[in-house]
Amino acid sequence: MVTARKVKMTVPKDIPEKWFPLILPLKRNKQKGLNGATSKKKRTEEERKVRANDREYNEKFQYASNCIMTSKYNIVTFLPVNLFEQFQEVANTYFLFLLILQLIPQISSLSWFTTIVPLALVLSITAVKDATDDYFRHKSDSQVNNRQSQVLIRGSLQNEKWMNVRVGDIIKLENNQFVAADLLLLSSSEPHGLCYIETAELDGESNMKVRQSVSVTSELGDQNNLASFDGEVVCEPPNNKLDRFCGTLYWRDKKYTLSNQNMLLRGCVLRNTEACYGLVIFAGPDTKLMQNSGRTKFKRTSIDRLMNTLVLWIFGFLVCMGVILAVGNAVWEREVGFLFQSYLPWDPPVDNFLFSAFLSFWSYVIILNTVVPISLYVSVEVIRLGHSYFINWDQQMFCSQCNTPAEARTTTLNEELGQVEYIFSDKTGTLTQNIMSFNKCSINGQTYGEGSDPLGPQPKRLDFTPFNPLADPDFCFYDDTLLEAVKVGDTHTHKFFRLLSLCHTVMSEEKSEGELLYKAQSPDEGALVTAARNFGFVFRSRTPGTITTTEMGRSVTYTLLAILDFNNIRKRMSVIVRNPEGRICLYCKGADTVLLERLHPCNQELMNITSDHLNEYAADGLRTLALAYRDLSEDEWEAWSERHRSAAKAANCREDRLAATYEQIEQDMVLLGATAIEDKLQEGVPETIAVLSLANIKIWILTGDKQETAVNIGYSCKMLTDDMTEVFIISGHTVQSVRQDLRRARDRMIEMSRTRDGKEEGVEGCFMGNGFREGQGDSRGGEKQLQCPPPPPPPSNLMDNISGEFALVINGHSLAHALEADMETEFVSTACACKAVICCRVTPLQKAQVVEMIKKHKKAVTLAIGDGANDVSMIKSAHIGVGISGQEGIQAVLASDYSFSQFRFLQRLLLVHGRWSYLRMCRFLCYFFYKNFAFTMVHFWFGFYCGFSAQTVYDQYFITLYNIVYTSLPVLAMGIFDQDVPDQRSLEYPKLYEPGQLNLLFNKREFFICIAQGIYTSVVLFFIPCAILSDATQSTGVPLADYQTFAVTTATALVIVVSVQIALDTGFWTVINHVFVWGSLGLYFSIMLALQSQTLFGIFPNQFHFVGSAQSTLLQPVVWLTIALATAICIVPVLAFRFLKVDLKPQLSDTVRYTQLVRQKKRKPAGRSVGGAWRGVGSVSEGRLGARGSSRRSGYAFAHTEGFGELITSGKNMRLSSLAMATFASRHSSSWIDTLRRKKHSHTNTPPSASGESSPAPSCVSGSIPPLSNSSSVLCGSQDAPIEEETGAAPDTQTASTSSTQNPPAPAPASEAADGSAQTLNAGVLTPAALRSQGGDSSGGWTISLGAVQEALLRWKGRASASNSPVKLAE
Amino acid sequence: MGKVKPGPLARRPDNSAFKQQRLPAWSPMLTANTVLPFFYFMALICMLLGVWLLLTVQSTEELKLDYTEAGTCNLCFEKRKNVSNAAQPCICTAVFNIKKAFKGDVFFYYGLINFHQNLRRYMDSRDDAQMVGRKNNLKSPSSYCMPFDKNKNGVPIAPCGAVANSIFNDSFTLSYMASSGSVHVPLLRKGISWYTDKNIKYRNPSTENMTLPQVFEGTAPPLYWQKPVYDLDPLDKNNNGFINDDLIVWMREAAFPNFKKLYGVLHRANKPFVNGLPAGNYSVEISYNFPVQYFRGRKEVVLTTLTWFGGQNHFLPIAYLVTSCLIQLIAILLTVFWFKFGKNGQNMEE
Repeated sequence: MVTARKVKMTVPKDIPEKWFPLILPLKRNKQKGLNGATSKKKRTEEERKVRANDREYNEKFQYASNCIMTSKYNIVTFLPVNLFEQFQEVANTYFLFLLILQLIPQISSLSWFTTIVPLALVLSITAVKDATDDYFRHKSDSQVNNRQSQVLIRGSLQNEKWMNVRVGDIIKLENNQFVAADLLLLSSSEPHGLCYIETAELDGESNMKVRQSVSVTSELGDQNNLASFDGEVVCEPPNNKLDRFCGTLYWRDKKYTLSNQNMLLRGCVLRNTEACYGLVIFAGPDTKLMQNSGRTKFKRTSIDRLMNTLVLWIFGFLVCMGVILAVGNAVWEREVGFLFQSYLPWDPPVDNFLFSAFLSFWSYVIILNTVVPISLYVSVEVIRLGHSYFINWDQQMFCSQCNTPAEARTTTLNEELGQVEYIFSDKTGTLTQNIMSFNKCSINGQTYGEGSDPLGPQPKRLDFTPFNPLADPDFCFYDDTLLEAVKVGDTHTHKFFRLLSLCHTVMSEEKSEGELLYKAQSPDEGALVTAARNFGFVFRSRTPGTITTTEMGRSVTYTLLAILDFNNIRKRMSVIVRNPEGRICLYCKGADTVLLERLHPCNQELMNITSDHLNEYAADGLRTLALAYRDLSEDEWEAWSERHRSAAKAANCREDRLAATYEQIEQDMVLLGATAIEDKLQEGVPETIAVLSLANIKIWILTGDKQETAVNIGYSCKMLTDDMTEVFIISGHTVQSVRQDLRRARDRMIEMSRTRDGKEEGVEGCFMGNGFREGQGDSRGGEKQLQCPPPPPPPSNLMDNISGEFALVINGHSLAHALEADMETEFVSTACACKAVICCRVTPLQKAQVVEMIKKHKKAVTLAIGDGANDVSMIKSAHIGVGISGQEGIQAVLASDYSFSQFRFLQRLLLVHGRWSYLRMCRFLCYFFYKNFAFTMVHFWFGFYCGFSAQTVYDQYFITLYNIVYTSLPVLAMGIFDQDVPDQRSLEYPKLYEPGQLNLLFNKREFFICIAQGIYTSVVLFFIPCAILSDATQSTGVPLADYQTFAVTTATALVIVVSVQIALDTGFWTVINHVFVWGSLGLYFSIMLALQSQTLFGIFPNQFHFVGSAQSTLLQPVVWLTIALATAICIVPVLAFRFLKVDLKPQLSDTVRYTQLVRQKKRKPAGRSVGGAWRGVGSVSEGRLGARGSSRRSGYAFAHTEGFGELITSGKNMRLSSLAMATFASRHSSSWIDTLRRKKHSHTNTPPSASGESSPAPSCVSGSIPPLSNSSSVLCGSQDAPIEEETGAAPDTQTASTSSTQNPPAPAPASEAADGSAQTLNAGVLTPAALRSQGGDSSGGWTISLGAVQEALLRWKGRASASNSPVKLAE
Repeated sequence: MGKVKPGPLARRPDNSAFKQQRLPAWSPMLTANTVLPFFYFMALICMLLGVWLLLTVQSTEELKLDYTEAGTCNLCFEKRKNVSNAAQPCICTAVFNIKKAFKGDVFFYYGLINFHQNLRRYMDSRDDAQMVGRKNNLKSPSSYCMPFDKNKNGVPIAPCGAVANSIFNDSFTLSYMASSGSVHVPLLRKGISWYTDKNIKYRNPSTENMTLPQVFEGTAPPLYWQKPVYDLDPLDKNNNGFINDDLIVWMREAAFPNFKKLYGVLHRANKPFVNGLPAGNYSVEISYNFPVQYFRGRKEVVLTTLTWFGGQNHFLPIAYLVTSCLIQLIAILLTVFWFKFGKNGQNMEE
């Protein structure tokens, strides 16, 4: 409630405290939660002053306390607030209004209970749901608020709940604790006030980060000193910038500048630090974590919105009907009713026909309101609830490893899952497991560690324990030949692992003998050192000057002479060590691109082989590193170390000079081999992405990680492929450069697709005669041509028709510019033309902005999936938020709408559950509107016969029960259980997902069709009984034209017709459907007979005056003839129409169904298609191995940050206990972090060309994933056919591939070449490959100018035609 | 949710067909094999029904006589225009001729044109509790009956309400002008209402040894009635009060403004009516009480023989025949389309 006071302070209006939680929901549209309050405060708070240990002083400012509150109600406010909220829903208010109308006797044409029963039902269901939701929010809030933390109060540590922590308090954190609020780090148990934190919750990066306190405070040390600390911090007001903090500490008349480097933010976890003390600067809602959590929005599905529009239309329609009937009433009363007054005088207030018409209008509004029955809303909720349960119950979305079933946390969004067009995915923990595993290596030209072949028998996991007691039991490796090689004592292998055990910046911790714990600053390094450990080269411990290892059981201590640290430009790190024998050796590991250039010339042969291996690894999406060493003589070392020292001392250009000296020594190295590390993707990620993109869903990766890591993952999960025409990188720092980059990318795309189209035409001309160009590629090309008419349309249109596969990689700072209002459209149009978009280094808020942008510009349904707290804002702002319930805490899950533990479940969630939900909801809505129009419009026609007197056609009980009993269950059963195709089919044919994206199943057109059908039915239902019964009699001669007989006949006909209709609509008849449909009919007759029974009439004669009607009516054959006739007339056109639709223009789902029904036996085994598609992806990329350019991806560059080498040699990160080198360490104590920061800053700006990551793919293959664009290709299922056909292609095609394999000269196997060629030709863009083989391949950049491409193409063609055997030439 | 299960699969959802949405199900599809035969079959059924119904209807005879201003009723019609003459009796005669004998049971209906028994307020204006003999309601009729709940003196009306008040009070005497002179045509005036109405819905207040007039003491007859409710049928004591057949028939409101209600059934005990109504001239003597000019209505007398589904109801057979033809047409069109475009699901070819 402290927060409440705060609001009172900042909000000028005097709002009573207890109303505080109450006003929030009402401001739902603008802002939400406590952030709302604080954002208001932002206006007033210009700077924040915090004095340590001085609660009274800080109280004055009334900063937010550390209590967070996300709940909406409390017990007292629940009922009024919830009701108030519910009556804000137009529909509920409308029904309340109707209820009031019905209480006026002159108007009331129906009893009040026809409305109040359903209304009460709806209100209570919603209230219960809201209450449960809020209860869980309360629970999670209080769980967080009640976490314990140690607060320093009056010199002693006291346990306090998180919510009682105040700004200005000093709290003590211990290892592995969550940081309770945004703290200024004062001191820590580690030397120099260092402490390590993991920010995974905050930004998703799982690397450990270092924070250091200001030196003056770090000396404070123990509690007593801290208790007397009375420094005052003046800093910026709360904001959401995670990487920025500026403030000043005033203490003892001195000023100290504070930066983000001194801050521990809420949500971080303290690691490897025994304890630390911090001063609370921002608490609770002011913390950066909460500020970043974005605002919660009330999510509505697009069907909801459509439904609301339609309901409004229906109200309009209702008013029209009312007006027509009122006018009719006026006329009738004037012409007839006036005269009829002797038998039926007007009611007292009515004195003329106009007033009567006015009343009649309202009476008809009451009667006709059933076109939008309130049960619509209840039913929709029930159906969604059912779908949610099915999601919760799905065993195939249960992860047995983590024992987590999928969970639908909201029940309102299910059908939206069937309409998703954009998926925004986090990387770490979502796509990847954030586990690096040493997977393969190449040692001296020999490759080890065969990839686990999913088809073959699972190879045995190696058991290292008998060989090496220090082995890490969790390490997996499957190739025993490597172990044999180690055991045999192969020198190269030994050197290889020795290098791995020495050349790193990993820290070790040995709690007990043999129980080693590595603290790696990047998981890659950890994996490598662990691999070395298991193969007998165990890194035990290090001091600033030594490294102790156990090599094959023998303890060896190396003197560490130098660490040549990693940075983004060098892309390698080296160590220089002296072994016990005194020999000096330089060990280097780094990105192959840089390392291979620095090898001794004698390595050429080995280099070629290793290169091949590297290509192979890269093709498998592994992160590669090359390893090399160099023996140094004592003289060389002395000379170099002299130079190094002078460089290190240099005042200016220190870094450059250091780099130069490093460069000098890292020459003429001997190649040892290469490693391949797998950034372990979550299970089934590439498959899922492949399937989802076949379903036309665009996937964007938004990650806080580095560009290289992100791109690498993009490759390994097959989002980016080497077949892509071009991958654009946008990393400009200024608005202009970003704009330029975007423009360039767009121009390139247009040009490329134009040349591509042109080329295809040309190619087609060439090959048509051979009948060569058949298959998928052809049809695609054809389509493209149709789409692009010869005169190029203006660019804006062109952007929609971009052919070719492009990808866009954009950096966080560029994104900031791209998201500015004036560039947004440009960015969207460019990005959406790309097949894959990767945004890296984005802040949580940017993630949300990207999502918002797509929502705004594309009007598409978006889904955000992530696992960390940094994804919360994105999850909240997307239409659908999915949380991965992994290891990274539960914030994402709490904010999400759906949660499960594996990314791959997404395909099932969308393609199966989402699709079904959408389908069911659409069918439900269609039917629901139909049945209510059929039901209600009968009153309208009857109005013309009953003097527009608002007499109902049916018994009032029928009207009450029609929607909630007689017709609700079958349609609910359909809405909950219906399936058009079984689940595995929807995964096999992802195209089945498309109707949802295009919103085909329920839109305004469908709605009008339903309404028209309903009205038609009502006409039939009224006029057929009317015509027949007015002349018919019972066999006793009693006429059947009395009102009650007519009412019963029409009602029965109606119930039967809508039941037949639901039977037609139901595509999946389970037992439940049968029970419900037949049960509803049975229920109708039994309830009717009961309500018209003697007993009830005996008790309430005035309420049940239909006594006996049912018996007497239903015994008449003519009544049944009437019903049969009406049913036939209603159903036959529908049946004919549906049959024609299925027969002449079948949807894909019809086809799938048909195939399933009719051709079950002929069908190929199930699972073929998708397996084929996916296997295709794999095989294609493997088949093209030879054709790969230099698009290797070095793992080293990705997860590493520099500076750790310096840390190690300076000894700063060593415990004081472990080494007493304080004096040595304090030498440049204040500078290193600054250096670190400066460096980091400059390197993030590294231009893309310098990163030299990968060059564009040699060939652009559209066929790598079978497009499944039409049913035919779907049903073919396999891609063998086209490839085989193309194998027999002209020799020209062979040259294409072989020439592109020129770079790594290993000859590609024939089949692979053919495969590659097929793809190459298919895409019609041989140019990048050709270009590289022609002109220098040194560029390695991402972009190739169009001119060069065309030139290369021309030259290529010329050459191909000139010499008929370019294969030889290439070889 | 199986929380008792131990082990790593503790929270695993049950593998039941229901929860996994794998319930065995029948998924029908509209294929030519099912739809086309169904259409032809429907067409055939409708055709047969239509023909049969048509043949049945052909055997009925019906005669409608609008007597509003027919014959001498013209005078009565004029007389009833004036409200002041309402109490004066007026008897008139209308004659008609039956060309073809009505064979079998002959039913005598009175019909009203443009009389709206189906107005909401009219239909509500009754008290079923009163009519089922509740004593309370007898003396204090439901407010729904307003303004026909009490008379000017505040005496409760029984039966109350607009429906009872507007009861059709013409009576008819049918005579056959045989060659031997005018023969009274006997009509059965009982058993013309629903069984449930006569026995359940309408009951007189329990008499407890009192006579009916005593029971109804303290109530007034409806404003337009000439006789009190306990004296509606002077011939049969048991046909009085709320269970009077004519009252019951009237109280069953018609659904449409033009309707007919059963007045009597030919009593075929004596000659010449054993086989129905013989051909010849008839006259109907009408005690003309019910004014229709106020609402521009017409009155008529209907004589008809019946089939099992009613009188001369041509709509039903014709509707069936037309429907049959339409279905046939649609079936043929569908067959053509299917044959030409969609045969064997060729649109669904792989």
